Amino acid sequence: MRTLLLLFCALPFLGNSLKANTIIVCASCEVTSIKEGVRIASDFDTLLIKKGTYKEYNIRIDKPLTLLGENNPVIDGQEKGEIITIVSDNVTLDGLVIVNVGTSYTADYAAVRVVKSADFLIQNLVLEKLFFGIYLEKSNNGKIYANKIVGDAVDEYNSGNGIQLWYSKNIVVEENTVQQVRDGIYLEFSDNIGIINNISSNNLRYGLHFMFSNDDLYEGNTFENNGAGVAVMFSKKIIMRNNTFKRNWGTASFGLLLKEINDADISGNTFEENTIGINIEGSNRINYNDNNFIKNGWAIKVRGACYTNAFIHNNFMYNSFDIAYNSNLNDNIFKENYWSNYTGYDLDKNGFGDIPYRPVKLFSYIVNRTPETIILLRSLFMDIIDFSEKVSPVFTPDDLVDSHPLMRPVVRETKIVKK
Amino acid sequence: MPSRQYHPIKAMIKILKYSFYDLMRSRWSYVYFLFYLLLGFVLLFLNNDLSKAVITLMNVIIVLVPLIGTIFGVMYFYNSKEFTELLLAQPIKRSSIFIGQYLGVAGSLSMSLVLGLGIPFVIYGLFESNAIWDFSLLLITGAFLTLIFTALSFNIALSNENKIKGFGYAVLMWLFLAVIYDGLFLMSLIVFEQYPLDSFSLAATMFNPIDLSRTLILLKLDISALLGYTGAVFKQFFGTYIGVVISFVMLGFWTLIPILRLSFKAKRKDF
Repeated sequence: MRTLLLLFCALPFLGNSLKANTIIVCASCEVTSIKEGVRIASDFDTLLIKKGTYKEYNIRIDKPLTLLGENNPVIDGQEKGEIITIVSDNVTLDGLVIVNVGTSYTADYAAVRVVKSADFLIQNLVLEKLFFGIYLEKSNNGKIYANKIVGDAVDEYNSGNGIQLWYSKNIVVEENTVQQVRDGIYLEFSDNIGIINNISSNNLRYGLHFMFSNDDLYEGNTFENNGAGVAVMFSKKIIMRNNTFKRNWGTASFGLLLKEINDADISGNTFEENTIGINIEGSNRINYNDNNFIKNGWAIKVRGACYTNAFIHNNFMYNSFDIAYNSNLNDNIFKENYWSNYTGYDLDKNGFGDIPYRPVKLFSYIVNRTPETIILLRSLFMDIIDFSEKVSPVFTPDDLVDSHPLMRPVVRETKIVKK
Repeated sequence: MPSRQYHPIKAMIKILKYSFYDLMRSRWSYVYFLFYLLLGFVLLFLNNDLSKAVITLMNVIIVLVPLIGTIFGVMYFYNSKEFTELLLAQPIKRSSIFIGQYLGVAGSLSMSLVLGLGIPFVIYGLFESNAIWDFSLLLITGAFLTLIFTALSFNIALSNENKIKGFGYAVLMWLFLAVIYDGLFLMSLIVFEQYPLDSFSLAATMFNPIDLSRTLILLKLDISALLGYTGAVFKQFFGTYIGVVISFVMLGFWTLIPILRLSFKAKRKDF
């Protein structure tokens, strides 16, 4: 993938060196509209768009071009429809401000749509007042870099997604900021995608949403204050690393939702102040390593049909409930985690507590069964029965224990030396 | 010279003052005050985070304040029986005597609580912190709990001549409201889990001042989102101001009804 990236980055320059034609577009120039510029340009030309406002929509780019904005020129779609549609390979968009995309209930108008094209680069765009932002449709080998997408979505039914990938492969989405749209980044049937260092916040539904997309990586992203954090559904082999899921706090919110996910790797993430840190349903063979779960309502809620998952070296700190579990069966491993609620001791000073920790409290079990009992949260009676269950477990899964709980939190990037 | 009835309000205030200073002299107010002062300082010294200290404090307040209110109320009532009988011989309205005494005890306890906890928090920078509303709510709820449980214990003591019996009932009442009630509540929720329970559980909370205070404080903390998770009724109750208003009105009722019963019973009792 690296070589591919290099290749398409180099391609526009290659084109320039061959032809080196630059067409200047501005209000007082020979060419006053972008559409006109695209029409007269030949392959691999550059359109240099000067500062100003261009009231245009349905700009169709059907040849390999570079559209370069100088001093943030504004393309105003006047809410009439789609603004830029790319239907050719090797197109670069750089430094444009695109506003006022039309809203429709029958067509998904986007600020920038890429259709069945490859090797594109979309960078440094600012999109405002949009319906859909950047929409990739069956397009491969592209890069979406350092764009800023600020929507003003209020309701889910008449708003679109910030960055949407549909049947697209080998795309890198990096350093983008997406705010206040429906789904910040949405992937459907898209494989081998890298989503790196983006910030997705204040979105109505999800910060990031995967459906039927396999072999993807997302790393170093921040998802903050979204309707419901990140949803990963019906996907395989996804790597989620070093992301931050923060303040997805609301009555039906969660940091991360896993539904029908297999063989994923979730490591180094921080889940902070979410109603539910991770909500897991029907997900198997997932490794959870070195994550921090801090001040969540529920750190992990296991809904059932989850087998052979391993939770190792995580920090569970100050969560109202560490783990909620709705069955008596357990096939998951909890090992060498740090639990701030652990009250055991370490007489042999090997760093591990001498008595096992049971992360599922009786109260958490009861709340799972009868949700209304949550009203007894923090009552004296609950503390008493939690204590008695801790002493002799009756209801909670017998083998759901961390037999080697850590005495001190795991510090990131330093592996514990095992004896 | 015909016997002259004292003005009831003036007489009540005078008796209130007597009881209040009596408690001051007996040093119990100071002990109680110092206990909270120490608790406040230790809590803040240990985690230095005002909002976290508020949560820990909540756990203490909803258990301890009712217990102390109950024990103190019963103790004071039995202890000052001779003084009460002396007052009864005077031309003073009976309700003035008992309500005056009640307000003296409850007022002194509330003051110890508010000052004892307030001082350390103010020193640790409460006014610059945004925990100030949570904290004020905590103190108001604590004061309400003192008023309620002192009133309840006065009622028990008034209805029982036998001190041992009175004490027993008072402690039992505390135990029931602090622990057993929640157990029964939980059992009924589990037994009837097939039915829609949100309205029932909210109503059940209203009938126990300790649960009521607990939910009222939880309402103002972030944690209320966990409660709203359950369903639309909870969400409306815990997510809006309706919950706070209803809870406060109910706390008001909880204070008022025992006081009314106290003055009603006192008028009819044969001493």
